[in-house]
Amino acid sequence: MTALATKETETTVTVGEEERAEPSAPDEPRRVATADTDDRISQIGCAAGSLGLVWVLYYRVLPTEGLLGFVLCWYAAFLAMYVLVTLQRHGRVVLADRLAATVIRSGAVVVGAALLTVIASTFWRGREALSHWNFYTEPLVFDDSSDLTQGGMLHAVIGTLEMMLLSIAVALPLGVACAVFMSEVGGRLSKWVRTIVEAMTALPSICAGLFILIAGILLLGMEQSGFAASLALAVMMLPIITRASDVVLRLVPGGLREASLALGASQWRTVWHVVLPTARPGLATALIIGVARGVGETSPVVLTAGYSNFVNANPFSGWQTSLPPFIYNNARLPEEEMIARAFGAASALLALVLVLFTVSRIVASHRKGGRS
Amino acid sequence: MTSATPSGQAAVGVDTPRRIHHGHSAADRVFRGGARGAGLLVLALMAGIGLFMLSESGIALDEFGPAFFTENKWDMETGELGVSALLLGTITVAGVAIVIAVPFALATALYITEYAPLRSKRTLIAMVDLMAAVPSVVYGLVGLIVLQPALVDVARWIHDFFGWIAVLDVPGANPDTTLWNNEAYQYTSSAFIAGVVVSLMVLPIVASVMREVFSQAPAGERESALALGGTRWGVVRSVVLPFGKGGVIGGTMLGLGRALGETIAVALIIVPAFDLKVRILENGTITIAAQIINRFGESSPVQLSALMLAGFVLFAFTLVVNTLAAMVVARSRSGAATEI
Repeated sequence: MTALATKETETTVTVGEEERAEPSAPDEPRRVATADTDDRISQIGCAAGSLGLVWVLYYRVLPTEGLLGFVLCWYAAFLAMYVLVTLQRHGRVVLADRLAATVIRSGAVVVGAALLTVIASTFWRGREALSHWNFYTEPLVFDDSSDLTQGGMLHAVIGTLEMMLLSIAVALPLGVACAVFMSEVGGRLSKWVRTIVEAMTALPSICAGLFILIAGILLLGMEQSGFAASLALAVMMLPIITRASDVVLRLVPGGLREASLALGASQWRTVWHVVLPTARPGLATALIIGVARGVGETSPVVLTAGYSNFVNANPFSGWQTSLPPFIYNNARLPEEEMIARAFGAASALLALVLVLFTVSRIVASHRKGGRS
Repeated sequence: MTSATPSGQAAVGVDTPRRIHHGHSAADRVFRGGARGAGLLVLALMAGIGLFMLSESGIALDEFGPAFFTENKWDMETGELGVSALLLGTITVAGVAIVIAVPFALATALYITEYAPLRSKRTLIAMVDLMAAVPSVVYGLVGLIVLQPALVDVARWIHDFFGWIAVLDVPGANPDTTLWNNEAYQYTSSAFIAGVVVSLMVLPIVASVMREVFSQAPAGERESALALGGTRWGVVRSVVLPFGKGGVIGGTMLGLGRALGETIAVALIIVPAFDLKVRILENGTITIAAQIINRFGESSPVQLSALMLAGFVLFAFTLVVNTLAAMVVARSRSGAATEI
């Protein structure tokens, strides 16, 4: 659109200079959208008309009920009416354009609404549990499960933090080293590694859990513990971190590497002092993306960490719980209060993910404005 | 003269090229070796996942033989164990999810690339990314507690009007009875409800792949379409969609790969049922991942081995789907799919 507009203005200017004629009115770019006042009014009219029609049919005449079914019927009736109204005044080309615009817009609105519903209902249902201070300071121990002033998610928060730290400690060095291998050392092997890593980014997380369950717990005789779960999470995060780091390392300008090598630095020094510092914001984003994925994964932790309602601060021995299994286990219980606790923990987890997400955006935008 | 040249050269000394130092210093060799080692370790880890699962599933293969893939029951007592119901359930849930997610993802991607005002584009993209970042257990919880009551109504409604289609039938349920008749349970915990929740999870992945490919549609052809008097929809139909075909297909397959492996949200919503059926609105279904998470704790070695085999089937299945998807997307990103 903008490119078109500038081109047209340029042409006008040259023509004006050549002919020395009186300056004509500047060309306006053609309006692409066919929607105008007439269109908007007919949309509103159709929405209102179909609402009335469908309400009468749906709730009064036909044996149907349920809000979602009603909305679906309303939408279908609205589209039908809109097609008829548009056809009164316009041809098929305009009809197709307006209909497509309406359908695409409403599709996007539904997706946005779904996202907001998920986030808002989590926090809304979580408010009961979150409003009690003990929810943050106690493990899930109580005399009476229906009393929200007893018991909390402290053990799960501790578990989440420890598992995340341990899995970062495993996945970050290995992931970055592997990315350095792919982008700096190269060779035929690196192509294989890259293909496999790409394929593994979409690995079902339960497979990572099963792998640690077989290799670590059944074969090596490790006990179910926070550490085993961290390994499983690390296996899951590894391809994500590796791939994201590889992308940023490849973006580091080759001139920087050559300059460093020309000054006599060894390849090791070049990577350590030039390439990695240049890519630091990108690597931070890669790490945060990996952590945001790992922190919400449930199935690897359920398979490898056991489940506990008590504080176990030692990730290397004994069963440990993190937030996702806490949510998973409590959501399946019939009591209202346990579900309220699950929503409370889900709010905490969602808040954590939102924070990580925002931080990764800020870091990434710094990168854009900064070095590269 | 002829003899002077060699003697003159001899005085200067025969030119030999400066020796350029090949090979790396000791520190560099250590560094390169270390990096290569990390690469190999990652490669071994990733290959190990599949190999370990396959090796552990040997016991089950010996015990049940090829019948494992055709048997639908999962009954340790009678020794009847098989994955056919799990496979069918997995495909059903993923299929429902894809059928729902793809149209909405297409609309979202087209809205962001073609219709949204320029200044709100970044926010919209961030929202789609955020949707992908929400943990699956949160989707499962919201789906189970918040969405299920609403979706039961929809399921009843669909059954009422489209029950004559075999897939949408719920035998034994009467859609006309009101909810407080305690009949609604027949519509809960179904493949349909699980599929809707999984569709929320795969939608952002599908949408972001499509958006990326759509945004690379050649500007020249867009502008030509506009210059010929095309409407906005005309541009979409004649330039953006044909160019982004690979993205649409590849994104759909990537979403399918994610939907197949989705565990926790499905396990929260469904009630296990092992009959071979594709009646998506009916209570109860089972997927591979949900079966693993439900049964790994109480399993005997043979049963555990059977779960590993099921896990390996899932692993191989997703790997094939994802690799194909990656190839399709890569082809369309490189522009190889465009024909002029």
